[in-house]
Amino acid sequence: MERPLTQHIRKDGRPLTLKEYEAVGGYQALRKMLKMTPKEVQTLVKESNLRGRGGAGFSTGLKWSFVPLDAPKPKYLITNADEMEPGTFKDRILLESTPHQLIEGMIIAAYAIQADISYVYLRWAYKTAAQAILTAIDEATATGYLGKNILGSGYDLEMHLHTGVGRYMCGEETALLNSLEGKRATPRAKPPFPQVSGLFGKPTIVNNVETLCCLPHIVNKGAEWFKKLSLTGDAGTKIYGVSGKVKKPGAWELPMGVTLRELIEEHAGGMQDGLKFRGALPGGASTDFLVEEHLDVKMDYTSVAAAGSRLGTGTIVVMDDKTCPVGFVENLEHFFAQESCGFCTPCREGLPWVEKILNAIENGEGREEDMKLLDFHTKYLGPGNTFCAFAPGAMEPLQSALKYFREDFERHIKEKRCTMERR
Amino acid sequence: MLTPEEKIEIEHAIKLVPYKKAASVEALKVVQEHRRWVSDESLRDVAQYLDMSPEELDSVATFYNLIFRREVGKHVILVCDSISCWVMGYENLRNQLFNRLGIKYGETTPDGLFTVLPNCCLGTCDCAPALMIDSDLYRNVTLEQLDEILMKYR
Repeated sequence: MERPLTQHIRKDGRPLTLKEYEAVGGYQALRKMLKMTPKEVQTLVKESNLRGRGGAGFSTGLKWSFVPLDAPKPKYLITNADEMEPGTFKDRILLESTPHQLIEGMIIAAYAIQADISYVYLRWAYKTAAQAILTAIDEATATGYLGKNILGSGYDLEMHLHTGVGRYMCGEETALLNSLEGKRATPRAKPPFPQVSGLFGKPTIVNNVETLCCLPHIVNKGAEWFKKLSLTGDAGTKIYGVSGKVKKPGAWELPMGVTLRELIEEHAGGMQDGLKFRGALPGGASTDFLVEEHLDVKMDYTSVAAAGSRLGTGTIVVMDDKTCPVGFVENLEHFFAQESCGFCTPCREGLPWVEKILNAIENGEGREEDMKLLDFHTKYLGPGNTFCAFAPGAMEPLQSALKYFREDFERHIKEKRCTMERR
Repeated sequence: MLTPEEKIEIEHAIKLVPYKKAASVEALKVVQEHRRWVSDESLRDVAQYLDMSPEELDSVATFYNLIFRREVGKHVILVCDSISCWVMGYENLRNQLFNRLGIKYGETTPDGLFTVLPNCCLGTCDCAPALMIDSDLYRNVTLEQLDEILMKYR
């Protein structure tokens, strides 16, 4: 089984130096790509069927194609490394251990849209990653992979690291742009899309870390090879993760489309002794629960969507049979209520209300009409009623919990207490 | 008053952006790096330096979780309270921490050594529960380890 993104990662996770990365074929893709035209690079990536690994799953090549290539400079390429989705820890591994793979991927993406300035927007908490990236940028610049006239090609690219100061909203691409401009990280109206008017009003592409790390391999080995890595129609490998009360929580690069059952039972070693699987968030806090009947769902964008959820980040949070679903969702909604940027009213006012209702139910103070109130919120904070996708995302775990674990909510209200072990 | 070192670092940030105001987050980080937190006075100084009103800069400063607009202790302890740590029962760790330090979230020990704050997912969910002290990440933290960890900062 091929693991292109993680094959060279050391056991102790220390980053590969430039020399070590070059020794395993690093920056060969850059040399090859500089002989192609930007349009050819875009076509190659479009044909590879690479979809964004940040959660939305949009075609990377297609996203690039909306950037006007003849627009005057500056143009920007930004890595979204603000990994803050609760339950998600996949990009951290790539950032800490293979910084040059990310940088090579960034140069390829930047060249494809003819960007001349690039940023890594890194989450403040990733201190080890920050050091690894700063060192790698210096090494790459000193060797001529970054800066003016890269490898004599006439192409220029500068790269900077920006570390954030904490706010989940910064992961939303237009909010990230506002944050980089030194503003509050509130989302922007679309259109205009960032590809046309992004950072400082210039054409901008924002791509996820894992997405960018796929690029050197696609350039080296081709679109067909990349598609064949997958077990299904969605191409490539995926870094999956599992957390919660399983025997061996962790993250693994596997073919796109392995089943949820294989991930939990084989790679994560199954549930801890005495516990049963009850449900899981397949891709972070803002995805709908999957339950036992979904264990054989293939973990790719298309199949998880068909099962009523989203692949999201592909990092799974498992809920066992002794953990209270009401408490579980209360924790999630507390997070969302706190992290709402407050810009639009339904999100700012609705989420704290949801959190309070859940808190009351969990503490035995729920009323029968609270079920209706929760149902109401899942619709009125859903798609189309808020400025951005934040509140609809927050409603995904709630609406699915109300569907699959409704009896738990009703029992809390009826018995006026929580009887679960973990609550 | 901004110190000469702070001014040099803020100038460096300004060089990377098209106009001064765009360096506001970086400038706040610089001040916090040197003074641990951003006082009203510092906020006014930075705003003046960037040709912004203090109110506008404060709207930026108060938006971000980790720009501290109130005084914090020498070491800031961030306890992850997101879903994976919750499933693994992080509250035991939190309560022990409160007990040992005699403070709650948002408070600072009387000796000025520690401030404890809740924090969103630290991105190390396979090693829950987790916490950070300053720049140091601690994973799979047990109650026994907590005392040892705190000793390092005393």
